[in-house]
Amino acid sequence: MEKRELICISCPMGCPLTVELEGQEIVNITGYTCKRGEVYGRKEVTNPTRIVTSTVKVEGGKSDMVSVKTREDIPKDKISECVKALKGITVKAPVRIGDVILSNVAGTGVDIVATKEV
Amino acid sequence: MKEYDIVIIGGGPAGLAAAIAARDNGSESILILERDKELGGILNQCIHNGFGLHTFKEELTGPEYAARFTEQVEKYKIEYVLNTMVIEISPEKVVTAMNREEGLFDIQAKAIILAMGCRERSRGALNIPGYRPAGIFSAGTAQRLVNMEGFMPGREVVILGSGDIGLIMARRLTLEGAKVKVVAEIMPYSGGLKRNIVQCLDDYGIPLKLSHTVIEIRGKERLEGITLAAVDDRGKPIAGTEEEYSCDTLLLSVGLIPENELSGAMGVVMNPVTSGPIVNESLETNVEGVFACGNVLHVHDLVDFVSEEAAAAGKNASNYVKNGEQKPNGREIILEGTDGVRYTVPSTINPERMEATQIVRFRVGNVYKNCYIGVYFNDERVLHRKRMVMAPGEMEEIKLEKEKLLLHPDIDRITIRVEEA
Ligand SMILES: Cc1cc2nc3c(=O)[nH]c(=O)nc-3n(C[C@H](O)[C@H](O)[C@H](O)COP(=O)(O)OP(=O)(O)OC[C@H]3O[C@@H](n4cnc5c(N)ncnc54)[C@H](O)[C@@H]3O)c2cc1C
Ligand code: SF4
Repeated sequence: MEKRELICISCPMGCPLTVELEGQEIVNITGYTCKRGEVYGRKEVTNPTRIVTSTVKVEGGKSDMVSVKTREDIPKDKISECVKALKGITVKAPVRIGDVILSNVAGTGVDIVATKEV
Repeated sequence: MKEYDIVIIGGGPAGLAAAIAARDNGSESILILERDKELGGILNQCIHNGFGLHTFKEELTGPEYAARFTEQVEKYKIEYVLNTMVIEISPEKVVTAMNREEGLFDIQAKAIILAMGCRERSRGALNIPGYRPAGIFSAGTAQRLVNMEGFMPGREVVILGSGDIGLIMARRLTLEGAKVKVVAEIMPYSGGLKRNIVQCLDDYGIPLKLSHTVIEIRGKERLEGITLAAVDDRGKPIAGTEEEYSCDTLLLSVGLIPENELSGAMGVVMNPVTSGPIVNESLETNVEGVFACGNVLHVHDLVDFVSEEAAAAGKNASNYVKNGEQKPNGREIILEGTDGVRYTVPSTINPERMEATQIVRFRVGNVYKNCYIGVYFNDERVLHRKRMVMAPGEMEEIKLEKEKLLLHPDIDRITIRVEEA
């Protein structure tokens, strides 16, 4: 049996998790404080994903930049493609929290949305 | 002179949560003074996610978390002024502030809530002789430049200090195309949250060198490189361990320090460990009617706890205005951290005045594994809680119950300790 030590990153508590694997099969997960930890542990060993945050330029707003994020997690190996896709984008003010800045980023099916009002 | 029941200094998450809680408790006359051009404090530049899971059960970015509170402040029509710097507070609670429109002006408050947050420890941390070429930034300044102004500080980066801002910036700069070569930490453990080490360094293969520091800086006009060396257990560089790195940027992420010039000048007594005010269970300082919360009280890693603490301060300030100072009978119990517990907030607790449960927050001074938190009423141990890991970078808490304290009328001291298994 294989044991994988992970740190849950679903929230800043950072609980230490232990995932026990029998081949590809997850047989046990321990160490989480809440349900999200179990879900994370399961996913991290099978299909790791992350929320990606960045900024894009804004024209005519109260700031020059607006912060953005992927609305949901995207696969870890798509992160740099996602950030590249945001380079060179300029949006026009007004921008509201939740406005779609770029849809289906890097073919992940996930949208990039604004996280600040500008 | 304008008069308000409650004047709040600082419109970051602490000031906002305090204002909302004071209004929820029935206070009408509230004013927030903020020196920046917008409310939200440091959260405006923290564009990464990871805020608010405890409070909102979702994972928000800094600006989104701030918006939840600013929207509520707007909805409640709580008064605030921006671009306004508080420069003095008198012990009689006259607040002197300054802005472009009104110049210098005074406001009389019945209660004051200190919510000024903290600032970064400065370059003084870089204890090496020689030139200071361009290219050396504090991590927070770099964060502001990149996230708010869209400006990249450099291409080849070394980070000194493993505080959270440095870790977050390691990832951000990497994603923006810079090469972050190494993060060096002089202590044998990281000062940042575990999750940030996983998400910001491990994910991108950035090495973290513990017990290492910068011993030399090269370059006259612009930074050209640095030398790292391992340090011994007293922090002294060990000969023969030097490693040279070429870089055009050095970020310093060596910790935060509460911004308490105003508080000190008005006679608020400080705790030398936290550099924040000493407070009782109401989060009230030694100056009657002056409360403190958030990073000005002690540096927090999680904004959820800032909001929670600030809400308590807001409610207490509101009650103070309504009822005046409650002078209960009985003794103030002293709360104390020993054996690895560096400090506690609050520092004293009055069993009669306290709410049904009181949260006590503290930090430990080292990394402890498989240990216990022990809580003692005088010499009697009343709590023995197992902890897998405790680290200086992560704030801990315990709860005290009023019922229990009232059952022990003879306690004059509560001690919190780390106990090895
Ligand atoms: C880089 C970084 C990353 C973080 N990451 C996370 C995370 O992932 N998750 C999480 O939960 N928490 C995180 N935190 C912690 C959290 O953001 C802070 O603990 C919280 O913002 C502190 O709130 P505050 O209101 O006490 O201070 P601040 O946000 O600093 O607000 C203080 C306000 O007071 C104002 N002020 C100060 N002096 C004066 C004056 N004299 N007159 C008028 N106004 C004044 C300032 O302008 C500022 O707006 C992070 C913090 C930092 C710095
Ligand atoms: S298990 Fe729950 S509490 Fe622990 S880090 Fe994960 S999400 Fe946070």
